Amino acid sequence: MVGLNPRPYPMKIHEYQAKEILENYGVRVQSGVVAESPEQAAAAFEQLGMPLAVVKAQIHAGGRGKGGGVKLVRSAAEAAEEAGAMLGMMLKTPQTGPEGQKVRKVFVAEGLDLAQEFYLGIALDRRLGQPVMMVSAEGGVEIEEVAASNPEAILRLPLDPRQGLLPYQARRAAFFLGLQGGTFKKALSFLQGLSRAYLELDCSLAEINPLVITEDGEVVALDAKINFDGSALYRHPKVAAMRDVHEEDPKEVEASKFDLNYIALEGNIGCMVNGAGLAMATMDTIQLHGGSPANFLDVGGGAEEENITEAFRILISDPNVKGILVNIFGGIMRCDVIARGVIAAARNVELKIPLVVRLEGTNVKEGRQLLAESGLAISPATSLDEAARMVCEAVHALA
Amino acid sequence: MAIFIDENTKVLVQGYTGKNGTFHSEQALAYGTHVVGGVTPGKGGQEHLGKPVFNTMAEAVATTGAEASVIYVPAAFAADSIAEAADSGVRLIVCITEGIPVLDMAKIHDSLQGRDVRVVGPNCPGVITPAGENRGCKIGIMPAYIHQPGSVGIVSRSGTLTYEAVWQVTQQGLGQSTCVGIGGDPLPGTNFIDCLRAFEADDQTDSIIMIGEIGGTAEEEAAEFIRDHVTKPVVSFIAGRTAPPGKRMGHAGAIISGGSGTATAKIEALESVGVRMAANPSVIGATMADFRKERGLA
Repeated sequence: MVGLNPRPYPMKIHEYQAKEILENYGVRVQSGVVAESPEQAAAAFEQLGMPLAVVKAQIHAGGRGKGGGVKLVRSAAEAAEEAGAMLGMMLKTPQTGPEGQKVRKVFVAEGLDLAQEFYLGIALDRRLGQPVMMVSAEGGVEIEEVAASNPEAILRLPLDPRQGLLPYQARRAAFFLGLQGGTFKKALSFLQGLSRAYLELDCSLAEINPLVITEDGEVVALDAKINFDGSALYRHPKVAAMRDVHEEDPKEVEASKFDLNYIALEGNIGCMVNGAGLAMATMDTIQLHGGSPANFLDVGGGAEEENITEAFRILISDPNVKGILVNIFGGIMRCDVIARGVIAAARNVELKIPLVVRLEGTNVKEGRQLLAESGLAISPATSLDEAARMVCEAVHALA
Repeated sequence: MAIFIDENTKVLVQGYTGKNGTFHSEQALAYGTHVVGGVTPGKGGQEHLGKPVFNTMAEAVATTGAEASVIYVPAAFAADSIAEAADSGVRLIVCITEGIPVLDMAKIHDSLQGRDVRVVGPNCPGVITPAGENRGCKIGIMPAYIHQPGSVGIVSRSGTLTYEAVWQVTQQGLGQSTCVGIGGDPLPGTNFIDCLRAFEADDQTDSIIMIGEIGGTAEEEAAEFIRDHVTKPVVSFIAGRTAPPGKRMGHAGAIISGGSGTATAKIEALESVGVRMAANPSVIGATMADFRKERGLA
């Protein structure tokens, strides 16, 4: 709860970036060229020099094929046409929001003759306290579904956090997939390359879905998804430089500049809370009273007047917000300081929507008195339950 | 006699002379905690807040006989501080620091396995055992004055939500035996089960509050443990019922992924083993007071 610019969020990258990284670890990937215009896509097709290529939309969400973000093309003209259709579109997949995600780049990739498709992934197993490699012969499908319906179809190999995938584990995985001969050997170095990349680059998820065996026995990453531990980015500047803020909610990006943990949601009651657990509990209590939270916002334990003002600005910049609930349990953070921040912010932004403030903890009397004497239309509440009820009623009355 | 720490526990502070180390050590000392010194490499031999500063934990432990340490070292160096503390021979390490890379913690867990040392945290408010009116052993950043000595053991993944529960318990005229913030990271050094086992075995504790949140399966595992091993009444609250899947809610460990880690699953698991759930965070204290009466506790 005390840190140097802590960023608990995983950082995502695009498929083409993940493939670049994996190639550096000796992992054979479906190669391709990034394009940001139909002309570039046509040139990319020519550059690949193959009869068949795939145009793949580059957004951070998965399930792109289902939304029309993956197309086979057989000529430069087709590549240009498909790229033209994709670039600029709001691609909707099961993993994007309902409005979709804007496509800004496509990856024009080599067409491959596929013989087999597998699943390969590495993620943290919180119960074991170490990363686990998961291998399954059922490729191209959601691994969570396989885990639920047919857990025996997944081989799980815990990774020693220092040594990574041991040679015997790699053999076990390759045997599990039924591989033989040259393909077996290629799979071993592929698996160990992925394990090394995961551990050396502080990944939080590395997923090859599908991992394919081509007709000529090559082991290839057809797709690649890598997330990184946000807390470790400080020691991987090249990885950190791959961040694409276009893929993130602009309010979340803005909030992160002020050390605020903000997550946009769909509702209409903005909330500002100190502490992540209390912030979640505040959202829950709003819903319990029939309201709907517009956001998660944790101002942290050491927030000062400036952070509070900024938090307010971000809250009211959301046009959906029809009322605000501030819930602060002042421990180390004193209630009178919070009250001053809230008053300054409310004056600064000329607040026109209902504001309910619940303060508890250190110097609570002074804090409540400051709010009462501010001359602002702030509704004070003493418990979280009461505060949530009040803001829900106030917003309901406006509707 | 409370768990993990009591009013006689001697504590060293790693990152003692830094801003956070200084502020929270002042607060701990004011509460009567036996802070016997601290470590800041390069500042050995100086005095800070009236206590000696050492260059290394080995020297600090050899000189003071401390049995616990608390870490206020920046995230990039904190895993090393945990290792240093473990090798110095303290039996309890409380790591407040937020943002330690997960793989650093995986390595720490691996190397501490089977050794007689407990890590609480990282990314946690710490551990406190109140012993009297504004007096006791406080290892962490929690506001001391909301606590009072009593018989309710509290364990939580959250910070301010814990303070909320503590305050309500105090206002009910009850008090706390020990409060443990196990932290919001995916790989906590001490988990719910460790604390439940200790509270169950502790004479002073007669009832337990467990505060969980979305992400992982620690609450479900705790429910199994409660079913088989806990006889004392347990009240619980799980935060994050309204959290959307795939989003990390402030804490690195608070994320619903692949359909697992939902509040509903945790609440069902706990209710099914007789844990009394607080419907909302404002009634954690009242729920405990009622449940205690039902179970014949004063």
